[in-house]
Amino acid sequence: MKTKNKIKSGWEDKLFTIITRLLLFLFLLIVAYPVYFVVIASFTEPVYVNSGEMLLFPKGFTTIGYTQVFRDMRIWQSYVNTLLYAACGTFFGLAVSVPAGYALSAVRLPGRNILMALLVFTMYFSGGLIPTYLVVKGLHLTNTRLLLIIMGSVSVYNIILIRSFFTNTLPRELQEAAFIDGCGNAGYFFRVALPLSKAILSVIALYVAVAHWNSYFNAMIYVTDRTKQPLQLYLREILLMSQNTAAMTEMDPQAAAQLNRMVEVIKYGVIVVSTVPIICVYPFLQKYFVKGIMIGSIKG
Amino acid sequence: MKQHRPAGSTAKPNTWKLMKSNWVLYLFLVPAFVYFGIFAYAPMYGVQIAFKNFVPSKGIMGSAWAGLTYFTMFFQSPKFWDYVRNTIVLSLYSLLAGFPVPIILALILNDIKNSKLKRISQTLTYMPHFISIVVLVGMMSSFFSPQSGFVNTAIKALGGDPVYFMGSESWFRHMYVWSGVWQGAGWGSIIYLAALTGVSPELHESAMIDGANKLQRIWHIDLPAIMPTMAILLILNCGSIMSIGFDKVYLMQNNLNLGVSEVISTYTYKVGLIQQNYSYSAAIGLFNNVINFITLVAVNKITRRLSGSSLW
Repeated sequence: MKTKNKIKSGWEDKLFTIITRLLLFLFLLIVAYPVYFVVIASFTEPVYVNSGEMLLFPKGFTTIGYTQVFRDMRIWQSYVNTLLYAACGTFFGLAVSVPAGYALSAVRLPGRNILMALLVFTMYFSGGLIPTYLVVKGLHLTNTRLLLIIMGSVSVYNIILIRSFFTNTLPRELQEAAFIDGCGNAGYFFRVALPLSKAILSVIALYVAVAHWNSYFNAMIYVTDRTKQPLQLYLREILLMSQNTAAMTEMDPQAAAQLNRMVEVIKYGVIVVSTVPIICVYPFLQKYFVKGIMIGSIKG
Repeated sequence: MKQHRPAGSTAKPNTWKLMKSNWVLYLFLVPAFVYFGIFAYAPMYGVQIAFKNFVPSKGIMGSAWAGLTYFTMFFQSPKFWDYVRNTIVLSLYSLLAGFPVPIILALILNDIKNSKLKRISQTLTYMPHFISIVVLVGMMSSFFSPQSGFVNTAIKALGGDPVYFMGSESWFRHMYVWSGVWQGAGWGSIIYLAALTGVSPELHESAMIDGANKLQRIWHIDLPAIMPTMAILLILNCGSIMSIGFDKVYLMQNNLNLGVSEVISTYTYKVGLIQQNYSYSAAIGLFNNVINFITLVAVNKITRRLSGSSLW
């Protein structure tokens, strides 16, 4: 077989391999270079970054960006907030969606199709921004940490993933056997189903945690108290607003330059500090993310 | 302790009995339904303010009906078609540009036999997915800055004039779409790679014996294998043609590109929360949601008729 392959793979295949490898290499370069650039720029004097003299290696090595970042109390405040929201939100999301997904996977549950439809409907239709805002306001949840923890932690998509997982992985016989042994729904869920579902729990936890880590919208809409702001909102201020305000308000050029210099010094360090944890962690959790996509692609 | 009967023991368990014996399962559903009751169904009830002159002090019930005033106001506003066009063009462009790249990437990755190279490539291409939108847009505005970005430095070095990519109407859509491709292509390829692992190697072997080269095998074996996945994803994407995400557009927006970057969702936000015109904003949002809903149902119906596969 092996010799046959060798004979068959002619010049076309070699050309194909060369072209696709080149394409792949180009793609990897386009993906990796901007990230690499941010890292080396965070160790380089802003003058060199801005003049284009720094391309492949840090130039005029400095850690001033990081000293500034570490001195900035608001970064750490918002960092801690984000960690808190992500941790509590993930726990809350799991606590709500896992039992729900399990219940909806039970064939013997009368009305489960209607209940399911009620949930799925919310994926395709919503009241919209203002009606939601009014509800949150009416419940006095604006400017609370509680809102940032719970809002967005539960999603119908995740519930469907959990339901598919239970339907596809827990054998019906196992459940019947457990029920004959006098194990009730609750007992079966806690003692049999949950211990067998570590894979899906990790997947959902990661999805919710990453979503929390990256979200700024809810905080922007509902929370004005600076001490409660998550990291992304503060990053937005540093990375985007400063430039826009300087450009738009035609402030005193000297003051604008001063502000810009501060931002130039700090911004790459801030990006590294805020993004590196998640980028360093995901390769180890990659298989769980991928597994989540697989479960999602099988219709339950 | 409650006694449970296995489902098979009674000939035809009546619904009531089943409900009673499974009360725990309903209890399991309560938190989720409270959550969606508050964050999904309560706002749906509140959406009636789109048909009222909502005054916060009077509440939803106390405010007077306004009929379709706010809808006609939106339809007749001079910018209406601009917003609709911006929304549709941006999402169609995203869809067309973002669809083929993950497929090509998956086919290339699938061809790599060296598993180390494959793993490194995968890890690298997934990475941008984990960069937050705020950081992504921040990186873009640094890299493409007309004074200090390395892109413009390169353009200047080649003798061109610097371009203000982030503050230009003609560049906004390209910047939005291709940064999205940059961020999402690797992640999007996962699902195709999964489908490609399902292709039986025997098919490839027998095609090789028949003298088929790689390109022919990809065309005749691999592509047909991922066709169903492509179809489903295409439906999903088409269904959301009018619902371009708020987050990234809003971050990339500035006064210089507003002519093409104002989409329905960002306009809804500005009318509602910045101008505090609640009823008008609710009407715009409702219009958008209804269109979304109709598109999704229609697309699903069409594909069900054509291919027999559908989302629900």
